[in-house]
Amino acid sequence: MIGGFNEEQIRRYSRHIILAEVGGKGQRKLLDSKVLCIGAGGLGAPIIQYLAAAGVGTIGLVDDDVVDLSNLQRQIIHGGNVGKSKVLSAAEFVERLNPDVKVVPYETRIDASNIMDIIKDYDIVVDGSDNFATRYLVNDACVLTSTPLSHGSIFRFEGQVTTIVPGEGPCYRCLFEHAPPPGMVPSCQEAGVLGVLPGIIGVIQATEVVKYLLGIGDLLLGRMIYYDALNMTFDEIKIRKNPQCPVCGDEPKIDSIQEELYGESCRIW
Amino acid sequence: MAKAELDLKGEVCPFTFVKTKLKLEELESGDTLVATYDHEPAIGNVPRSLKAEGQKIISIEEIETGVWNITIEKA
Repeated sequence: MIGGFNEEQIRRYSRHIILAEVGGKGQRKLLDSKVLCIGAGGLGAPIIQYLAAAGVGTIGLVDDDVVDLSNLQRQIIHGGNVGKSKVLSAAEFVERLNPDVKVVPYETRIDASNIMDIIKDYDIVVDGSDNFATRYLVNDACVLTSTPLSHGSIFRFEGQVTTIVPGEGPCYRCLFEHAPPPGMVPSCQEAGVLGVLPGIIGVIQATEVVKYLLGIGDLLLGRMIYYDALNMTFDEIKIRKNPQCPVCGDEPKIDSIQEELYGESCRIW
Repeated sequence: MAKAELDLKGEVCPFTFVKTKLKLEELESGDTLVATYDHEPAIGNVPRSLKAEGQKIISIEEIETGVWNITIEKA
């Protein structure tokens, strides 16, 4: 044991410890951290892979879905687990990769009735959900509880990613106050998605989470990266805090999580 | 100022540096660490990496054939 690390940990985390910005102290911070991952699918899979590899000590996983063969085109960690709960499949992967990491499984759908209770135990939330209802629910709950949030979303060949730290920058509703009307945007199932796309976006989200936990670098606060895989471009969009934002503005209309706001994506605001 | 020792005989790069760095993190600024190595590349690599992180190398001394003590003052 040196500096509280056993021999196996010294070897496992050596490439982190070597970094001046991380060191043993940074690695200890990661091991003491708790991250909640909403969704263990396209975005969740790469997020879980890299957070577990990095030695984030506690990872909460929320998903009520089971692994389908059509998921394996992009959700690498679920290989061999068709028919199994995604949360338990991901937990199995994490156990094989890094026994230092404790997975807290929530085999449920995150909703207005359970989100406040679930997120209260975590340092930061990563949103890997695939629908607007959950996206707005997670944003609002994070703003109301002052919990940092990494947002990512994907569509066909395009992805977007930003980091929200309530009080320090804009939130998702500052950018898009309401969800698009029903029928305007196809769901992921209808739209199709390039299999490698969530890998890129999810790994950027995981990068932001690790940086936040370590307290290093510049986060995507007030900035959204917009990635276009077909043209292979990364654009950065500046986002301003909206003083009229219904959840983080000067006179917020949303001051608690009310189910009627998030029931179906078509019923959000 | 405390003086610490670390025996890293048998250890190879990059773990020579990794373990030296972890040991230094346990010490206070101004403390001294004498670390012992028998992996020759470490005698070049470890001081270079430590200096890059702002640590002070006091001395490098071959105490017997193929065994070196590096004395470091924690910044």
